[in-house]
Amino acid sequence: MASIVTVRTGLKVLRAFQLRPVSPKWLRTSARVNLSRGIATHPHNHHATLISILSTAVDKSSADYKENAAQMSEVMTRTTALHEKIEKGGSGKAREKHIARGKMLPRDRVTSLLDVGTPFLELSTLAGEALYPDEDVPGGGIITGVGSVQGTLCMIVANDSTVKGGTYYPITVKKHLRAQEIAQQNRLPCIYLVDSGGANLPHQADVFPDRDHFGRIFYNQARMSSQGIPQISVVMGPCTAGGAYVPAMSDESIIVENQGTIFLAGPPLVKAATGEIVSAEDLGGGRLHSSVSGVTDYLAVDDAHALVLARRSIGNLNLPRPRLSIGDIKQPLYDPEELAGIAGTNLRKQIPAHEIIARIVDGSEFSEFKKDYGTTLVTGFAQIYGHKVGIIANNGILFSESALKGAHFIQLCTQRDIPLVFLQNISGFMVGADAEKGGIAKNGAKLVTAVACADVPKFTVVFGASAGAGNYGMCGRAYSPRFLWMWPNAKIGVMGSSQLSSVMEAVGKSVDPELKDRIERESDAIFSSARLWDDGVIPPAHTRRVLGIGLKAALMGKRPDERSTTHFGVFRM
Amino acid sequence: MTEAGVPCIPGYHGANQDPAFLKEEAEKIGFPVLLKAVKGGGGKGMRIASDPESFMQQLQSAKSEARSSFGNDVMLVEKYITTPRHIEVQIFADKHGNCVALGERDCSIQRRHQKILEESPAPLLEESIRQELWQKARSAALAVGYEGAGTVEFIFDNDTGEFFFMEMNTRLQVEHPVTEMITGEDLVRWQTIVAEGGSLPLNQQQIEDRISTRGHAIEARIYAENPNLDFVPDSGHLTAMRIPPTSETVRIDSGFIAGDEVSAHYDPMIAKLIVRGENRESAIMKLHMALEQYQIAGVITNIEFLKRVCITSAFIAGEVETGFIGRHKESLFAETETAPEVYAQAALVSYFSGAAEQQNASGLDLVSQPGFGAIAQNRLFRFRQTNADGSGVAGPTVVEVVPIGRATFDIEVNGKRYNSVTSHWDQKQTLLTTFFPHTRMDSHVTIDTDKLTIFQQGQQYRLEKVEPDWVAKALGVKDATHSVLAPMPCKILRVEVASGDSVKKDDALVVIESMKMETTIRSPQDGIISRLVHQEGVSATNPNIFRADRYKDLCKAGTALVEFEQPSG
Repeated sequence: MASIVTVRTGLKVLRAFQLRPVSPKWLRTSARVNLSRGIATHPHNHHATLISILSTAVDKSSADYKENAAQMSEVMTRTTALHEKIEKGGSGKAREKHIARGKMLPRDRVTSLLDVGTPFLELSTLAGEALYPDEDVPGGGIITGVGSVQGTLCMIVANDSTVKGGTYYPITVKKHLRAQEIAQQNRLPCIYLVDSGGANLPHQADVFPDRDHFGRIFYNQARMSSQGIPQISVVMGPCTAGGAYVPAMSDESIIVENQGTIFLAGPPLVKAATGEIVSAEDLGGGRLHSSVSGVTDYLAVDDAHALVLARRSIGNLNLPRPRLSIGDIKQPLYDPEELAGIAGTNLRKQIPAHEIIARIVDGSEFSEFKKDYGTTLVTGFAQIYGHKVGIIANNGILFSESALKGAHFIQLCTQRDIPLVFLQNISGFMVGADAEKGGIAKNGAKLVTAVACADVPKFTVVFGASAGAGNYGMCGRAYSPRFLWMWPNAKIGVMGSSQLSSVMEAVGKSVDPELKDRIERESDAIFSSARLWDDGVIPPAHTRRVLGIGLKAALMGKRPDERSTTHFGVFRM
Repeated sequence: MTEAGVPCIPGYHGANQDPAFLKEEAEKIGFPVLLKAVKGGGGKGMRIASDPESFMQQLQSAKSEARSSFGNDVMLVEKYITTPRHIEVQIFADKHGNCVALGERDCSIQRRHQKILEESPAPLLEESIRQELWQKARSAALAVGYEGAGTVEFIFDNDTGEFFFMEMNTRLQVEHPVTEMITGEDLVRWQTIVAEGGSLPLNQQQIEDRISTRGHAIEARIYAENPNLDFVPDSGHLTAMRIPPTSETVRIDSGFIAGDEVSAHYDPMIAKLIVRGENRESAIMKLHMALEQYQIAGVITNIEFLKRVCITSAFIAGEVETGFIGRHKESLFAETETAPEVYAQAALVSYFSGAAEQQNASGLDLVSQPGFGAIAQNRLFRFRQTNADGSGVAGPTVVEVVPIGRATFDIEVNGKRYNSVTSHWDQKQTLLTTFFPHTRMDSHVTIDTDKLTIFQQGQQYRLEKVEPDWVAKALGVKDATHSVLAPMPCKILRVEVASGDSVKKDDALVVIESMKMETTIRSPQDGIISRLVHQEGVSATNPNIFRADRYKDLCKAGTALVEFEQPSG
């Protein structure tokens, strides 16, 4: 407490200020100051900060916290082990063979490509996990993610040929297309590290014919190139048939000699078709394509060389570079590791949204909007790694007021071109006679309209449940957030498994005894991520980091002076 | 001089070349004797006869060599001193007939016949001899009516305690600060006084009193030169220079600061480091410590070598002589193993400086790696120790760096693992501070493209980043072992071989001149010469590149001089 000093000399006044500026009385007691007009108080800059800092009520020694932390820790251990297994790639034998050929493992390729000391935001590592019966496709046989190359954030797509020869399973296609979608939305240059046997033929029906199948890869390349989003490919292995179009459709292509090959049909097929006998290298090797056919532009002697060439190509893109490096970033005041103990895995327990926000945003400072209205939805402004964001977080079921508040806040953010971060833990909108009377349907629709139309970068993190129409109002996958991440405790589904079972009972259908278990299993974060319903399962403590990288990815691709122009649909009043 | 009672080296310099007469002279002088061609130089036409029996044979051999080398076989005979020391006396004389000796300096530690360590008083010297030396020096100066500062140089026979006059330098010498240190006088000021016609500020007794209370002083000359390559001069930019703190007892006379160029056209001396201690031992310790704090990067210096001398027991014992370096070659040039922490530091610096170079506008480097599992980006760094003679050591040392946090790493060097090492790189101070388990390591590191100079725990380490194999392949570079490169900017004086010649390892190939010194480039291997890249006296630099005139006749360091035939297959 600063004490009040009766001052007689100027010197003393100065001293009193130096000791500690006294907070205005209202800040301490909320009491009204003397109404008589005497002198204007000076608003010190830090007063705004002072009232924005979130406090915490987390008691790490409480039984509740400990139980939550223990449960989460178990899930975390399991998820970590799963990631570590997947990150190894294919079988030990396949990896040894790969290295014996003088090739770098795909993750090493990615590391070599990246700027030293910068993080790699890997996407959907769990893709393909337990997806195909009797077939193990770690990571879906492809590594995708955002990383910095020569100071430019890029989308990196790397085939893992130690997994089924790098062939495209349906999930591989989906992961590749999702990476391109992210690249396109965020205007990130794409680097394809190609080492793939092409479409996985037994799965051709789910890989080839449909709109979002194999052909879409090249469509995307062409469209992105036309939009000025650079496409660079590095051919480090086979690139056969359709795969040949990845380098052929790129702006610049690099190939590794005696290792990378590009042809529409390989030697065996050529022999079968025309009887011509030709070696793979002569048919479509690096030397041929770099000096005769002109399919590739740079010839590398090995992977490391090729990756240096790729880095050099990125260095020559001459893209506008907004300054996103902000000095003096405040870390949150509270330890992000506590998020696990705050959340726990029992989603029936309320997770306090402010505690989550306090461990994500800079300095735990949050300018809360409509703090005391519609309190089940928390809205407000904050910064993440120095970038301003609007945060919308669930703190209970959505009522009409919460939905209206959310729609209002989204309007503010779109108007001001501020990216939105949705922290999602929602079991749904309120039901019941009162709610319907209050027009929950039209008010919920306002929130959904606002979310759908908001044309600022949106990011979604599911830190608990993602159920029902709440998923829509809180920017679920269908609402095209730039990135969507799940915590390992998260569950996604129309409703909880027990509710679903009771509904089924209530409507009089004979209930499959397995149903509840199956729904439970299908709501799991890992199940979701394996199917690419999200962009990855993240450790809760890393939420701030992934959002930081995501924000930079979104902001880097922005053209200078570009502002989002959101046009909302009709808000039913 | 002899008339003034100053002893000179006994010898015969006359015209009588009758072998029997010369032998007689030799016996008069006393064996061993040195036979030297009058027109000789560079050791040619020079022989030592250690006893009368071998005299004739050595004389013949010297004469024939002199005839073939200089076309003249006139010989002189001189006393040969087996363990000579170079002791000189600083004298000062004024107009008024005063002449004082300001103590002596022992300058015996020499290489290439040039001093590198000078000290005063001379160690292990009997007081009577010391007084005699001073006396003779003063007599020598008085004999010629000298005025001003001078140095009377003597050659001292360590075996007999005899000394002989060599020459007198009529100026202040490089090593005069040693005398200033032990007398506490500014000799330049004395010169001014004498020039103005004043009297010497101190008399002999006062000087002796001063010297007796001021202990021992040593000067080390810091040269840009490579001790391991027979002290050939080095040149280039001083990319970094940090000097020890100076005080009453630590003095540095230096003409260079960081960023300056040590040119190939002048003497490669960078600085003089002079210390004073209450006795010789403490002076040596002080010198050693100051040398540990003396950090120079960019050119190769003799600092590491000087440190070795400081810790050589013979030097500490005062057993100095002009053949000191040759005699203690093995301990002075012993190879040392580079600790794994040095490589770890090199890797960390490369990591941090790489990160700093790529530092981008995105500020992404401020975000730690997110995600489950082992997404850590393991990186391999390969280094090679830069050998003094320019050749790399056996294989590169591989360092694996696994970032596990923004400033925390797991590091592995040659199977030795350091877990959770935190490290901080201060780019402005070029200081890397790393907390290894149990050890904090502070290293000053200078990075010059692919070369790292690391100063750590008072030692200098020079490492090279090893280029990956693909670089050579991609550039189509020929294997460097098949050519001999110029070690420094130089002029080609003579070419000793012709293309097609078959040479053995250590055969002379080319004689170059740099910094007014001749250096013979020898063959690193047995082989056949395929091409001589530069001819004698022919301008060796690329004529297409404009350079200042003074560089015109210079061959740049690192350019090939001689190429060998590559073994087929």
